[in-house]
Amino acid sequence: MSRRRSVHLAIGLVLVLLVAGAVLVSYVWLPFAPDDTSGGRLVPPGGDHLLGTDKLGRDLFTQLLIGGRIALGTALGAVTVGGVLGVSAGLLAGFATRWLDDAAAVTLDILIAFPTLLLAMLIVAGTGASLGTAILAIGLAMAAIVARLTRVLVKQVLARDYITAARIAGISWPRIVLDHVLPNIGPVVLVNLALQAGLAVLAEASLSYLGLGTPPPNASWGRMLFEAQATVLTAPTAAIVPGAALVVLVIGINLTADGLRDLTDPTRRRSR
Amino acid sequence: MIPYLVRRTAILIGSLFLAAVALFVLLRLLPGDPANALLPVGATPEQIEAARRELGTDASLPSQFLSWLGGIARFDLGKSLISTLPVGPEITARLPVTVPLTLAAFVLAVLIAVPVGVLAATRAEKWYGPVINAIAQLGIAVPAFWLGLLLITVFALNLRVLPAGGFPPDGWADPGTAVQSLILPVVTIALVMSASLIRYVRAATLDVLSADYLRTARALGATAREAMWRHGLRNAAVPVIAVLAMELATTFLGAVVVESVFALPGLGGLLVRGISQHDYPVIQGVMLVSTATVLAVGFLGDVTQRLADPRLRIRSAS
Repeated sequence: MSRRRSVHLAIGLVLVLLVAGAVLVSYVWLPFAPDDTSGGRLVPPGGDHLLGTDKLGRDLFTQLLIGGRIALGTALGAVTVGGVLGVSAGLLAGFATRWLDDAAAVTLDILIAFPTLLLAMLIVAGTGASLGTAILAIGLAMAAIVARLTRVLVKQVLARDYITAARIAGISWPRIVLDHVLPNIGPVVLVNLALQAGLAVLAEASLSYLGLGTPPPNASWGRMLFEAQATVLTAPTAAIVPGAALVVLVIGINLTADGLRDLTDPTRRRSR
Repeated sequence: MIPYLVRRTAILIGSLFLAAVALFVLLRLLPGDPANALLPVGATPEQIEAARRELGTDASLPSQFLSWLGGIARFDLGKSLISTLPVGPEITARLPVTVPLTLAAFVLAVLIAVPVGVLAATRAEKWYGPVINAIAQLGIAVPAFWLGLLLITVFALNLRVLPAGGFPPDGWADPGTAVQSLILPVVTIALVMSASLIRYVRAATLDVLSADYLRTARALGATAREAMWRHGLRNAAVPVIAVLAMELATTFLGAVVVESVFALPGLGGLLVRGISQHDYPVIQGVMLVSTATVLAVGFLGDVTQRLADPRLRIRSAS
């Protein structure tokens, strides 16, 4: 069974690298300038414009590549914010005892009751729509989820005998965290962050679709889909391709996360 | 069970209160003065001061919070900055769209996911086991609004069998049209939701299939089907119920985006409009109602889980 899991990992990595490769290429070469509208409006696919043009005459393939930068940037940015904040908060909460521990648990539960998209909308409401705001908002919402997971994992590790042994041996808490706690919780947290990265990409696309994420003229895939909705009968490509790109990236991230989980979790490797 | 209910209700009320505090603090922490929403660009300091007084944002934070909390207790959520209409009635006017949409999508998703998920686990060796897994994997990566867009293209624009969006202005006066305009949104949300649900149902069923008590039942002479029906399903249901409660909340929120795709006059549309117009009382009101719903559903989920699994009751008593 582990063979099939490594197939998951391989397919996932190929899909993610496909998007990452296209994004890297976009920095050195684009088929057209992003604001070049000389090709005419709603040109069908084929010929000069591989995927045709949008209703303003911009080349769709160019837009797609630029949208890839935003999608990948969101994934990396949100995971960085969510990972750093979430793991730090989770570590602190994991060490808390008695009423401080209860307070941390309840606070995290309530933060999680505000789902990612709502929390992001709330922050956008105050600061105005921009890509940075969207990434920060998604990252903050992610931090609550990561913190709750980290807290539980830290509690489990701290209950282990080897931690008691280390304490008796006179090792300081910072050393114990670095040498025992982090290495033990690391793999599970990383896999969770990978899964969250896929959700972050979808959340940014949703926000941009609603007009609350990346503002025009930047081409986020969600925004491209919103713009394509009005002309879906005459120019179906514009409504299909950005969505397909989103699916490719998110499946890639999810499969990679699945594969990583089974690589790092020996119990799962054995049983299924 | 009674002590548990009392404790869990206390937690629910405490969470609701803390959620109200969190909502209030978050909105006040954010940069941007709500008074700006009322004013033209380049307003004088006197105008800003007057607008703040009108909104009540010139009072101290604790007194603002108390007046907001007092309002909630009287089911008064304040007035919209833009339309000056009370927020409460504006929210209830939109529930006849959002509530049927959410519930129908949830029921449809469960009806799809439970049989398909169980099938994927019990018939893993058949050809359709892996196919179900692949489709579910695909499904969780599909953004709901894109699926909605594709469904509109096929069923509304090409086949012309269903409306592309909108809701009859007189609501449910003509149930036929109302139902028709909800079919595509319901299917959109249900399909996206069932993808993740199938994976949970499958995992829960797989866990049960390898359980000792099922082997014991088989050893005592039960057929595979009897063992599954009598002992398996109830055990598999426990983790699934917990997930279902979370999923119902997610559906409710998924409705926010999908309502925009289909131009439905629901809570989601109200929230998006409130955010783009910086209409704080509207945002606060919708967020409060959504959060309260999410918390209440979580409460129901916990209680149901306990009813389904006697072991949870015993463990808490000890």
